[in-house]
Amino acid sequence: MPFQEIIDQLNFPAQCKKYGLPLRNCPQFLFLIMGGAIGVTALVTYNLGTRYFVDPNTVALIVMFLTVLLFTISFSIIRSLERIAEANRMKSEFISIVSHQLRSPLSNLKWSTELLSSGRLGEIPRKQGEYLQIIEENIIRMGELVSDLLMVSRIEQGKLPLEKTTFSLVDVAEQIINKIKPFAQASNVEIIFEAQPNLKPVFADLSQTKSAIENLLDNAVRYTKARGQVKIKIEQRRGGLLFMIKDSGVGIPTNDQKHIFQKFFRSANVLKHQTQGSGLGLYIVKSIIEKSGGRIWFNSREGEGTTFWFTLPAEKGEANGRK
Amino acid sequence: MKKILFIEDESALQKTFSEVLTQEGYQMLSALDGEEGLRTAKSAKPDLILLDLILPKLHGFEVLKALKEDPATKDIPIIVLTNLESTSDVEKALELGATTYLVKASYDLEDVVKKVKDALNE
Repeated sequence: MPFQEIIDQLNFPAQCKKYGLPLRNCPQFLFLIMGGAIGVTALVTYNLGTRYFVDPNTVALIVMFLTVLLFTISFSIIRSLERIAEANRMKSEFISIVSHQLRSPLSNLKWSTELLSSGRLGEIPRKQGEYLQIIEENIIRMGELVSDLLMVSRIEQGKLPLEKTTFSLVDVAEQIINKIKPFAQASNVEIIFEAQPNLKPVFADLSQTKSAIENLLDNAVRYTKARGQVKIKIEQRRGGLLFMIKDSGVGIPTNDQKHIFQKFFRSANVLKHQTQGSGLGLYIVKSIIEKSGGRIWFNSREGEGTTFWFTLPAEKGEANGRK
Repeated sequence: MKKILFIEDESALQKTFSEVLTQEGYQMLSALDGEEGLRTAKSAKPDLILLDLILPKLHGFEVLKALKEDPATKDIPIIVLTNLESTSDVEKALELGATTYLVKASYDLEDVVKKVKDALNE
């Protein structure tokens, strides 16, 4: 039904929601604005034309011709914009479906391998056990990758769940530091933690904040050379808390700095040191912090280290906490 | 011997859990879709049900609802074992009367065994 289709196209909020775009970037809305602008321009041109040229018929003809031409051009531009938006939406949906579908076989793999290596089906000879362990480690890696992809698809579809509660950022940081300590010790990296006394709690999503800090700390340790240091500091800021994490690692080359929060981006010098990683971590961290009403930024020098800072709003109702 | 019904359409998972839980001393019953699960629950009266949510024929939520509405099965503890992990799914399952909600990707095999024992108070 073409009539219904036109009505659907004019339903801007629904169209924008479909593409996950704000109103000002929505193809249909842009077309309406352009149409209005062309109409007004045509009227002004006609008025000016009849004032300075003698024959109104000629002016009308020229204006009409130009208007039709402009409409045609803007229609095809908007049409291609719409196609790009549609392709983008389908890509997000594709990621979501693929990562959901990957989960079932991954669970099967994980549990079957665990059953094998648990010894419940009989003793595993040492050599075979080693290979089973490799399989298990890689299943975990793949699971993490799928989780990251799912997270990205949720962020892109605006479905990142945020259940805000009040909690102590210091407690969360301590928990994560304890969790990562064995990895840091194995890599000969020292973690130093400093927190200003009597800090207020923050108001954010607990599990997302955990995964953001875990991601930053994991990166900091991973890209710091042996006998290096990672320093974490939490202090009070107006309206919230400031979290700092400073490493003495490989740093980010100046040319790469503007890209590091993009998804799938991996810096050239990181690729030299580590081949693992999806390039999704910092994109996810940034989305989490910003959705929680905070800000994230960094400072880095290649070969000397990187420092990340982020803020999170303090308890509900504080100045910075609204979003 | 306590009976556990596993309603899950992935036969690989059926096999794995059947192996482990039989070793732990339980009698395992399996159902590969929602309708079969409901039928088996009513006829066999298991002591515990492990329930997946995305099931052929009848969705896990429907199975859960029907089990909790029937006086004959309403007291059987139900552990939901799924890959759906949105807060609304968790809330809905618990509201409908599930005892525990486990996201498959987040649990090791031994963790699940422990949850099963907890649910059976063992």
